[in-house]
Amino acid sequence: MAVPRLWRHIPTRYNLIGTECQTCGGLYFPPRTTCPTCRRDGRIIERKFKGTGEVVTYTTIYSASAAFHRQTPYVLAIVKLDEGPLLTGQIVCDPDEAKIGMKVRPVFRKLGEDGPSGIIYYGTKFAPLTEASQ
Amino acid sequence: MIGITSYGAYIPRYRIKVEEIARVWGDDPEHIKKGLLIYEKSVPDLDEDTATIAVEAARSAIYRRSIDPKEIGAIYVGSESHPYAVKPTATIVAEAIRATPDLTAADFEFACKAGTAAIQTCMGEVAMGAIKYGMAIGADISQSAPGDALEYTAAAGGAAYIIGKKNLITEIEDTFSFTTDTPDFWRREGESYPMHGGRFTGEPAYFKHIISATKGIMKKVGTKPSDYDYVVFHQPNGKFPLRVAKTLGFSEEQIGLGLVVPMMGNTYSGSSLIGLAAILDQAKPGSMILMTSFGSGAGSDAFSMTVTDGIEEVRDKAPTIAELLKNPRYLDYALYAKHKGKIAV
Ligand SMILES: [Zn+2]
Repeated sequence: MAVPRLWRHIPTRYNLIGTECQTCGGLYFPPRTTCPTCRRDGRIIERKFKGTGEVVTYTTIYSASAAFHRQTPYVLAIVKLDEGPLLTGQIVCDPDEAKIGMKVRPVFRKLGEDGPSGIIYYGTKFAPLTEASQ
Repeated sequence: MIGITSYGAYIPRYRIKVEEIARVWGDDPEHIKKGLLIYEKSVPDLDEDTATIAVEAARSAIYRRSIDPKEIGAIYVGSESHPYAVKPTATIVAEAIRATPDLTAADFEFACKAGTAAIQTCMGEVAMGAIKYGMAIGADISQSAPGDALEYTAAAGGAAYIIGKKNLITEIEDTFSFTTDTPDFWRREGESYPMHGGRFTGEPAYFKHIISATKGIMKKVGTKPSDYDYVVFHQPNGKFPLRVAKTLGFSEEQIGLGLVVPMMGNTYSGSSLIGLAAILDQAKPGSMILMTSFGSGAGSDAFSMTVTDGIEEVRDKAPTIAELLKNPRYLDYALYAKHKGKIAV
Protein backbone atom coordinates (compact mmCIF):
# COMPACT_ATOMS: atom_id res chain seq x y z
CA MET A 1 0.00 0.00 0.00
CA ALA A 2 1.25 3.50 -0.82
CA VAL A 3 2.50 5.36 2.25
CA PRO A 4 0.14 8.40 1.85
CA ARG A 5 -2.90 6.11 1.71
CA LEU A 6 -1.69 4.21 4.76
CA TRP A 7 -1.19 7.47 6.62
CA ARG A 8 -4.73 8.69 5.82
CA HIS A 9 -6.13 5.44 7.21
CA ILE A 10 -4.35 5.71 10.59
CA PRO A 11 -7.25 7.24 12.60
CA THR A 12 -9.69 4.71 11.13
CA ARG A 13 -7.44 1.74 11.78
CA TYR A 14 -6.02 2.69 15.17
CA ASN A 15 -9.14 4.01 16.85
CA LEU A 16 -12.11 2.94 14.71
CA ILE A 17 -12.94 6.51 13.77
CA GLY A 18 -15.95 6.40 11.49
CA THR A 19 -18.67 8.91 10.74
CA GLU A 20 -22.18 9.78 11.87
CA CYS A 21 -24.93 11.58 9.95
CA GLN A 22 -26.42 14.16 12.29
CA THR A 23 -29.49 14.48 10.09
CA CYS A 24 -30.69 10.86 10.29
CA GLY A 25 -28.41 9.41 12.96
CA GLY A 26 -26.85 6.92 10.54
CA LEU A 27 -23.52 5.48 11.72
CA TYR A 28 -20.83 4.54 9.23
CA PHE A 29 -17.72 2.45 9.51
CA PRO A 30 -15.57 2.69 7.50
CA PRO A 31 -16.23 6.44 7.41
CA ARG A 32 -18.35 7.89 4.59
CA THR A 33 -18.17 11.45 3.40
CA THR A 34 -21.84 11.52 2.35
CA CYS A 35 -24.92 9.92 3.90
CA PRO A 36 -26.50 7.40 1.52
CA THR A 37 -29.96 8.11 3.05
CA CYS A 38 -29.94 11.91 3.29
CA ARG A 39 -27.55 12.57 0.42
CA ARG A 40 -27.17 16.36 0.10
CA ASP A 41 -29.06 17.02 3.37
CA GLY A 42 -26.76 14.80 5.42
CA ARG A 43 -24.50 16.48 7.99
CA ILE A 44 -21.52 14.20 8.51
CA ILE A 45 -19.36 14.34 11.65
CA GLU A 46 -16.54 12.17 13.00
CA ARG A 47 -17.56 9.34 15.31
CA LYS A 48 -15.37 7.04 17.39
CA PHE A 49 -16.67 3.51 17.80
CA LYS A 50 -15.95 1.72 21.07
CA GLY A 51 -14.82 -1.43 19.31
CA THR A 52 -16.83 -3.82 21.41
CA GLY A 53 -19.24 -6.02 19.52
CA GLU A 54 -20.32 -9.51 18.59
CA VAL A 55 -19.17 -12.07 16.05
CA VAL A 56 -21.89 -12.44 13.37
CA THR A 57 -20.03 -15.10 11.42
CA TYR A 58 -16.46 -16.23 10.99
CA THR A 59 -14.17 -18.40 8.96
CA THR A 60 -10.78 -19.92 9.68
CA ILE A 61 -8.13 -19.08 7.12
CA TYR A 62 -5.69 -21.93 6.56
CA SER A 63 -4.12 -20.73 3.35
CA ALA A 64 -3.32 -17.09 2.80
CA SER A 65 -1.30 -14.84 0.55
CA ALA A 66 2.44 -14.54 1.18
CA ALA A 67 1.99 -11.54 3.49
CA PHE A 68 -0.35 -13.43 5.84
CA HIS A 69 0.90 -16.97 5.35
CA ARG A 70 2.94 -16.85 8.52
CA GLN A 71 -0.16 -16.17 10.62
CA THR A 72 -2.24 -19.14 9.43
CA PRO A 73 -4.43 -20.54 10.76
CA TYR A 74 -6.26 -17.38 11.78
CA VAL A 75 -9.87 -16.40 12.37
CA LEU A 76 -11.49 -13.80 10.15
CA ALA A 77 -14.92 -12.59 11.27
CA ILE A 78 -17.72 -10.19 10.53
CA VAL A 79 -18.16 -8.23 13.73
CA LYS A 80 -21.30 -6.24 14.53
CA LEU A 81 -20.16 -3.28 16.60
CA ASP A 82 -22.32 -2.41 19.63
CA GLU A 83 -23.25 0.82 17.84
CA GLY A 84 -24.52 -1.12 14.80
CA PRO A 85 -22.08 -1.08 11.86
CA LEU A 86 -20.63 -4.35 10.58
CA LEU A 87 -16.98 -4.76 9.76
CA THR A 88 -14.58 -7.51 8.82
CA GLY A 89 -11.67 -8.13 11.13
CA GLN A 90 -9.33 -10.72 12.50
CA ILE A 91 -10.12 -12.30 15.86
CA VAL A 92 -6.96 -13.01 17.84
CA CYS A 93 -7.87 -16.39 19.28
CA ASP A 94 -7.27 -20.01 18.44
CA PRO A 95 -9.71 -21.37 15.83
CA ASP A 96 -11.29 -23.67 18.46
CA GLU A 97 -12.19 -20.67 20.65
CA ALA A 98 -14.16 -18.78 17.99
CA LYS A 99 -17.96 -18.88 18.23
CA ILE A 100 -20.84 -17.11 16.54
CA GLY A 101 -22.31 -14.63 19.00
CA MET A 102 -19.03 -14.32 20.89
CA LYS A 103 -18.49 -10.89 22.46
CA VAL A 104 -15.29 -9.19 21.40
CA ARG A 105 -13.22 -6.16 22.33
CA PRO A 106 -10.69 -4.21 20.26
CA VAL A 107 -6.94 -4.89 20.45
CA PHE A 108 -4.03 -3.08 18.85
CA ARG A 109 -1.99 -5.33 16.56
CA LYS A 110 0.25 -5.41 13.54
CA LEU A 111 -1.92 -5.72 10.44
CA GLY A 112 0.96 -6.31 8.07
CA GLU A 113 4.15 -4.88 6.68
CA ASP A 114 5.74 -4.03 3.35
CA GLY A 115 8.44 -6.65 3.65
CA PRO A 116 11.38 -6.47 6.07
CA SER A 117 12.44 -2.94 5.02
CA GLY A 118 9.03 -1.34 4.43
CA ILE A 119 6.38 0.34 6.57
CA ILE A 120 4.65 -1.65 9.32
CA TYR A 121 0.85 -1.28 9.39
CA TYR A 122 -0.82 -1.23 12.79
CA GLY A 123 -4.49 -1.22 13.62
CA THR A 124 -7.47 -2.82 15.26
CA LYS A 125 -8.19 -6.51 15.55
CA PHE A 126 -10.58 -8.16 18.01
CA ALA A 127 -10.12 -10.45 21.00
CA PRO A 128 -12.66 -12.49 22.98
CA LEU A 129 -14.14 -10.31 25.72
CA THR A 130 -13.22 -11.97 29.01
CA GLU A 131 -13.99 -10.91 32.55
CA ALA A 132 -10.48 -9.54 33.12
CA SER A 133 -10.66 -7.32 30.07
CA GLN A 134 -14.01 -5.65 30.78
CA MET B 1 4.17 16.62 45.12
CA ILE B 2 4.82 14.61 41.96
CA GLY B 3 3.83 11.03 41.59
CA ILE B 4 2.02 8.33 39.68
CA THR B 5 -1.50 9.19 38.51
CA SER B 6 -2.27 5.92 36.78
CA TYR B 7 -0.67 2.76 35.44
CA GLY B 8 -1.43 -0.03 33.02
CA ALA B 9 0.30 -3.22 31.98
CA TYR B 10 0.16 -5.75 29.21
CA ILE B 11 1.45 -9.32 28.98
CA PRO B 12 0.93 -11.44 25.85
CA ARG B 13 -1.24 -14.48 26.33
CA TYR B 14 1.18 -17.10 25.03
CA ARG B 15 3.69 -18.90 27.26
CA ILE B 16 6.37 -21.51 26.95
CA LYS B 17 7.50 -23.64 29.88
CA VAL B 18 11.10 -24.17 30.91
CA GLU B 19 10.57 -27.93 30.38
CA GLU B 20 9.78 -27.41 26.70
CA ILE B 21 12.88 -25.30 25.99
CA ALA B 22 15.05 -27.69 28.03
CA ARG B 23 13.66 -30.67 26.07
CA VAL B 24 14.89 -29.18 22.79
CA TRP B 25 18.38 -28.32 24.02
CA GLY B 26 18.91 -31.38 26.22
CA ASP B 27 19.12 -29.34 29.44
CA ASP B 28 17.87 -30.49 32.83
CA PRO B 29 14.68 -28.47 33.48
CA GLU B 30 14.84 -28.92 37.26
CA HIS B 31 18.35 -27.51 37.28
CA ILE B 32 17.24 -24.49 35.22
CA LYS B 33 14.13 -23.86 37.34
CA LYS B 34 16.12 -24.05 40.54
CA GLY B 35 19.02 -22.04 39.17
CA LEU B 36 16.99 -19.22 37.63
CA LEU B 37 13.81 -19.46 39.69
CA ILE B 38 11.75 -19.29 36.55
CA TYR B 39 9.02 -21.67 35.39
CA GLU B 40 7.56 -20.19 32.23
CA LYS B 41 7.80 -17.05 30.14
CA SER B 42 5.49 -14.95 27.99
CA VAL B 43 5.75 -15.07 24.20
CA PRO B 44 4.29 -12.44 21.86
CA ASP B 45 1.60 -13.37 19.35
CA LEU B 46 2.65 -13.32 15.68
CA ASP B 47 1.24 -9.82 15.25
CA GLU B 48 2.54 -8.33 18.49
CA ASP B 49 5.64 -6.21 18.88
CA THR B 50 6.94 -3.54 21.24
CA ALA B 51 4.61 -0.91 19.73
CA THR B 52 1.45 -3.01 20.16
CA ILE B 53 2.45 -3.94 23.72
CA ALA B 54 3.17 -0.28 24.53
CA VAL B 55 -0.22 0.75 23.11
CA GLU B 56 -2.13 -1.86 25.13
CA ALA B 57 -0.35 -0.80 28.35
CA ALA B 58 -0.92 2.89 27.56
CA ARG B 59 -4.63 2.36 26.87
CA SER B 60 -4.97 0.47 30.13
CA ALA B 61 -3.36 3.36 32.05
CA ILE B 62 -5.67 5.91 30.38
CA TYR B 63 -8.72 3.73 31.01
CA ARG B 64 -7.87 3.11 34.67
CA ARG B 65 -8.06 6.84 35.48
CA SER B 66 -10.39 8.01 32.68
CA ILE B 67 -7.75 10.60 31.77
CA ASP B 68 -8.35 12.86 28.78
CA PRO B 69 -5.45 11.83 26.51
CA LYS B 70 -5.19 15.42 25.26
CA GLU B 71 -3.89 16.35 28.74
CA ILE B 72 -0.83 14.15 28.24
CA GLY B 73 1.98 16.47 27.18
CA ALA B 74 4.76 13.93 26.75
CA ILE B 75 5.05 10.26 25.82
CA TYR B 76 8.35 8.41 26.13
CA VAL B 77 8.73 4.75 25.24
CA GLY B 78 11.72 2.91 26.66
CA SER B 79 12.69 -0.33 24.91
CA GLU B 80 15.57 -2.22 23.40
CA SER B 81 13.29 -3.75 20.76
CA HIS B 82 11.68 -0.76 19.04
CA PRO B 83 10.13 -2.04 15.78
CA TYR B 84 11.91 0.55 13.66
CA ALA B 85 15.60 1.52 13.82
CA VAL B 86 14.50 5.00 12.71
CA LYS B 87 10.86 6.03 13.33
CA PRO B 88 9.64 6.40 16.90
CA THR B 89 7.41 3.95 18.70
CA ALA B 90 6.17 6.87 20.83
CA THR B 91 4.32 8.49 17.91
CA ILE B 92 2.43 5.24 17.27
CA VAL B 93 1.38 5.18 20.93
CA ALA B 94 0.45 8.88 20.88
CA GLU B 95 -1.83 8.37 17.86
CA ALA B 96 -3.33 5.14 19.23
CA ILE B 97 -4.38 6.82 22.50
CA ARG B 98 -5.48 10.00 20.66
CA ALA B 99 -3.00 12.27 22.44
CA THR B 100 -1.79 13.89 19.18
CA PRO B 101 -0.81 16.46 18.05
CA ASP B 102 -0.07 18.87 20.92
CA LEU B 103 2.57 16.88 22.79
CA THR B 104 6.21 15.88 22.69
CA ALA B 105 7.28 12.27 22.18
CA ALA B 106 10.47 10.27 21.94
CA ASP B 107 11.89 6.78 22.26
CA PHE B 108 14.36 6.00 25.01
CA GLU B 109 17.07 3.38 24.98
CA PHE B 110 19.09 2.16 27.95
CA ALA B 111 18.79 -1.63 27.90
CA CYS B 112 16.28 -2.63 30.59
CA LYS B 113 16.10 0.70 32.41
CA ALA B 114 14.85 2.91 29.57
CA GLY B 115 11.34 2.94 31.05
CA THR B 116 12.44 4.25 34.44
CA ALA B 117 14.62 6.88 32.71
CA ALA B 118 11.38 7.91 30.94
CA ILE B 119 9.64 8.28 34.33
CA GLN B 120 12.44 10.58 35.52
CA THR B 121 12.10 12.73 32.40
CA CYS B 122 8.33 13.02 32.91
CA MET B 123 8.92 13.98 36.57
CA GLY B 124 11.18 16.82 35.45
CA GLU B 125 8.72 18.19 32.91
CA VAL B 126 5.80 17.94 35.32
CA ALA B 127 7.90 19.65 38.02
CA MET B 128 8.76 22.61 35.81
CA GLY B 129 5.12 22.96 34.82
CA ALA B 130 5.70 22.36 31.12
CA ILE B 131 3.17 19.52 31.03
CA LYS B 132 0.21 18.40 33.13
CA TYR B 133 0.75 14.68 32.63
CA GLY B 134 3.59 12.68 31.12
CA MET B 135 3.44 9.04 30.09
CA ALA B 136 6.44 6.77 30.54
CA ILE B 137 6.38 3.27 29.05
CA GLY B 138 8.76 0.35 29.33
CA ALA B 139 8.02 -2.43 26.82
CA ASP B 140 9.99 -5.14 25.09
CA ILE B 141 9.82 -8.30 23.07
CA SER B 142 13.23 -9.49 24.10
CA GLN B 143 15.26 -11.58 21.70
CA SER B 144 17.63 -14.41 22.49
CA ALA B 145 19.69 -16.62 20.24
CA PRO B 146 18.36 -20.21 20.03
CA GLY B 147 20.20 -22.33 22.60
CA ASP B 148 21.52 -19.31 24.54
CA ALA B 149 20.92 -19.35 28.30
CA LEU B 150 18.83 -16.18 27.84
CA GLU B 151 16.26 -18.21 25.94
CA TYR B 152 14.81 -19.44 29.25
CA THR B 153 14.07 -15.91 30.41
CA ALA B 154 13.69 -13.49 27.44
CA ALA B 155 9.98 -12.61 27.50
CA ALA B 156 7.52 -9.99 26.26
CA GLY B 157 5.45 -7.39 28.09
CA GLY B 158 5.25 -3.80 29.17
CA ALA B 159 3.82 -1.23 31.53
CA ALA B 160 2.82 2.41 31.22
CA TYR B 161 2.87 5.03 33.96
CA ILE B 162 1.19 8.43 33.92
CA ILE B 163 3.16 10.95 35.94
CA GLY B 164 1.56 14.13 37.26
CA LYS B 165 0.83 16.36 40.24
CA LYS B 166 -2.90 15.70 40.49
CA ASN B 167 -5.00 12.59 41.17
CA LEU B 168 -2.01 10.70 42.52
CA ILE B 169 -1.97 7.04 43.52
CA THR B 170 1.62 7.30 44.76
CA GLU B 171 3.71 10.28 45.74
CA ILE B 172 7.31 9.94 44.59
CA GLU B 173 9.57 11.28 47.34
CA ASP B 174 12.66 11.28 45.16
CA THR B 175 14.73 9.42 42.60
CA PHE B 176 18.43 8.56 42.51
CA SER B 177 20.54 7.00 39.75
CA PHE B 178 23.87 5.23 39.55
CA THR B 179 25.56 5.02 36.14
CA THR B 180 28.91 3.72 34.83
CA ASP B 181 30.30 2.53 31.48
CA THR B 182 30.16 -1.24 31.98
CA PRO B 183 30.04 -3.53 28.90
CA ASP B 184 28.04 -6.42 30.41
CA PHE B 185 25.47 -6.87 27.62
CA TRP B 186 25.17 -5.35 24.16
CA ARG B 187 23.76 -5.68 20.68
CA ARG B 188 25.36 -4.05 17.66
CA GLU B 189 23.23 -2.28 15.03
CA GLY B 190 21.76 -4.78 12.56
CA GLU B 191 22.42 -7.85 14.70
CA SER B 192 19.40 -9.96 15.63
CA TYR B 193 20.54 -11.19 19.03
CA PRO B 194 22.41 -9.59 21.91
CA MET B 195 25.77 -10.66 23.29
CA HIS B 196 26.59 -10.80 26.96
CA GLY B 197 29.67 -10.97 29.11
CA GLY B 198 28.67 -14.28 30.74
CA ARG B 199 29.34 -14.19 34.47
CA PHE B 200 30.40 -10.57 34.11
CA THR B 201 26.65 -9.67 34.00
CA GLY B 202 26.36 -10.34 37.73
CA GLU B 203 28.67 -8.72 40.25
CA PRO B 204 30.10 -5.59 38.54
CA ALA B 205 26.91 -4.91 36.59
CA TYR B 206 23.55 -5.93 38.11
CA PHE B 207 24.55 -6.14 41.78
CA LYS B 208 26.88 -3.15 41.96
CA HIS B 209 24.48 -0.77 40.20
CA ILE B 210 21.30 -1.83 41.98
CA ILE B 211 22.97 -1.83 45.40
CA SER B 212 24.54 1.60 44.82
CA ALA B 213 21.32 3.20 43.51
CA THR B 214 19.19 1.66 46.27
CA LYS B 215 21.58 2.78 49.01
CA GLY B 216 21.74 6.18 47.30
CA ILE B 217 17.97 6.76 47.29
CA MET B 218 17.64 5.68 50.95
CA LYS B 219 20.42 8.05 51.95
CA LYS B 220 18.86 10.87 49.90
CA VAL B 221 15.39 10.56 51.43
CA GLY B 222 16.58 9.40 54.87
CA THR B 223 15.00 5.94 54.93
CA LYS B 224 16.16 2.43 55.80
CA PRO B 225 15.06 -0.96 54.37
CA SER B 226 12.57 -1.60 57.19
CA ASP B 227 10.68 1.62 56.33
CA TYR B 228 9.44 0.02 53.12
CA ASP B 229 6.45 -2.29 52.80
CA TYR B 230 7.45 -3.40 49.31
CA VAL B 231 10.60 -3.40 47.23
CA VAL B 232 10.97 -4.23 43.55
CA PHE B 233 14.15 -4.67 41.52
CA HIS B 234 14.88 -5.43 37.89
CA GLN B 235 14.22 -9.15 37.40
CA PRO B 236 16.45 -10.84 34.81
CA ASN B 237 15.59 -14.09 36.64
CA GLY B 238 14.16 -14.93 40.05
CA LYS B 239 17.48 -15.45 41.81
CA PHE B 240 19.22 -12.08 41.24
CA PRO B 241 16.52 -9.86 42.82
CA LEU B 242 16.22 -12.19 45.84
CA ARG B 243 19.97 -12.06 46.35
CA VAL B 244 20.22 -8.30 45.94
CA ALA B 245 17.32 -7.87 48.38
CA LYS B 246 19.06 -10.02 50.97
CA THR B 247 22.35 -8.16 50.53
CA LEU B 248 20.58 -4.83 51.06
CA GLY B 249 18.66 -6.05 54.11
CA PHE B 250 15.19 -6.51 52.64
CA SER B 251 13.10 -9.54 53.55
CA GLU B 252 11.45 -12.05 51.20
CA GLU B 253 8.15 -10.63 52.40
CA GLN B 254 9.05 -7.16 51.13
CA ILE B 255 10.14 -8.43 47.71
CA GLY B 256 7.52 -11.18 47.24
CA LEU B 257 4.57 -9.22 45.84
CA GLY B 258 6.54 -7.54 43.08
CA LEU B 259 8.53 -10.61 42.04
CA VAL B 260 6.69 -11.44 38.82
CA VAL B 261 9.50 -13.08 36.83
CA PRO B 262 8.93 -16.78 37.79
CA MET B 263 5.62 -16.99 35.85
CA MET B 264 6.33 -14.58 32.98
CA GLY B 265 10.07 -14.26 32.42
CA ASN B 266 12.21 -11.17 31.99
CA THR B 267 10.35 -8.45 30.12
CA TYR B 268 13.47 -6.26 29.98
CA SER B 269 12.28 -2.62 29.94
CA GLY B 270 8.97 -3.84 31.34
CA SER B 271 10.50 -5.87 34.17
CA SER B 272 10.68 -3.61 37.24
CA LEU B 273 7.66 -1.62 35.98
CA ILE B 274 5.43 -4.72 35.77
CA GLY B 275 6.70 -5.69 39.24
CA LEU B 276 5.65 -2.26 40.51
CA ALA B 277 2.24 -2.70 38.86
CA ALA B 278 1.78 -6.02 40.69
CA ILE B 279 2.48 -4.17 43.96
CA LEU B 280 0.09 -1.30 43.14
CA ASP B 281 -2.60 -3.90 42.34
CA GLN B 282 -2.65 -4.76 46.06
CA ALA B 283 -0.85 -2.11 48.15
CA LYS B 284 -2.83 -0.22 50.80
CA PRO B 285 -2.74 3.58 51.19
CA GLY B 286 0.28 4.65 53.22
CA SER B 287 2.47 1.76 52.05
CA MET B 288 6.01 2.74 51.11
CA ILE B 289 7.54 1.25 47.95
CA LEU B 290 11.12 1.25 46.75
CA MET B 291 11.82 0.44 43.09
CA THR B 292 15.24 0.08 41.49
CA SER B 293 15.67 -0.74 37.82
CA PHE B 294 18.81 -1.95 36.08
CA GLY B 295 19.93 -1.43 32.52
CA SER B 296 23.03 -3.06 31.10
CA GLY B 297 25.71 -0.76 29.94
CA ALA B 298 25.12 0.07 32.87
CA GLY B 299 22.88 1.99 35.24
CA SER B 300 20.15 1.84 37.85
CA ASP B 301 17.33 4.27 38.67
CA ALA B 302 15.87 4.08 42.18
CA PHE B 303 12.57 5.58 43.34
CA SER B 304 11.09 5.99 46.79
CA MET B 305 7.30 6.38 46.84
CA THR B 306 4.29 6.26 49.14
CA VAL B 307 0.86 4.96 48.14
CA THR B 308 -1.98 7.51 48.53
CA ASP B 309 -5.71 7.07 49.20
CA GLY B 310 -6.21 7.55 45.45
CA ILE B 311 -5.19 3.94 44.85
CA GLU B 312 -8.63 2.74 45.97
CA GLU B 313 -10.33 4.76 43.20
CA VAL B 314 -8.39 3.12 40.39
CA ARG B 315 -7.42 -0.31 41.60
CA ASP B 316 -10.09 -2.39 39.89
CA LYS B 317 -10.57 -0.19 36.83
CA ALA B 318 -8.12 -2.03 34.54
CA PRO B 319 -6.70 -5.57 34.34
CA THR B 320 -4.32 -6.48 37.17
CA ILE B 321 -1.08 -8.41 36.63
CA ALA B 322 -2.73 -11.49 38.15
CA GLU B 323 -5.59 -11.17 35.65
CA LEU B 324 -3.17 -10.68 32.74
CA LEU B 325 -1.39 -13.89 33.75
CA LYS B 326 -4.64 -15.90 33.80
CA ASN B 327 -5.66 -18.34 31.04
CA PRO B 328 -2.33 -18.65 29.24
CA ARG B 329 -1.99 -20.62 26.01
CA TYR B 330 1.08 -22.83 26.03
CA LEU B 331 3.26 -23.23 22.96
CA ASP B 332 5.58 -26.05 22.01
CA TYR B 333 9.08 -25.11 20.86
CA ALA B 334 8.21 -25.27 17.15
CA LEU B 335 5.30 -22.83 17.51
CA TYR B 336 7.40 -20.73 19.87
CA ALA B 337 10.12 -20.46 17.23
CA LYS B 338 7.49 -19.36 14.71
CA HIS B 339 6.17 -16.72 17.13
CA LYS B 340 9.64 -15.39 17.79
CA GLY B 341 10.59 -15.33 14.11
CA LYS B 342 13.46 -17.73 14.76
CA ILE B 343 12.57 -19.72 11.67
CA ALA B 344 11.82 -18.28 8.26
CA VAL B 345 8.44 -19.48 6.99
ZN1 LIG C 1 -28.30 10.75 7.03
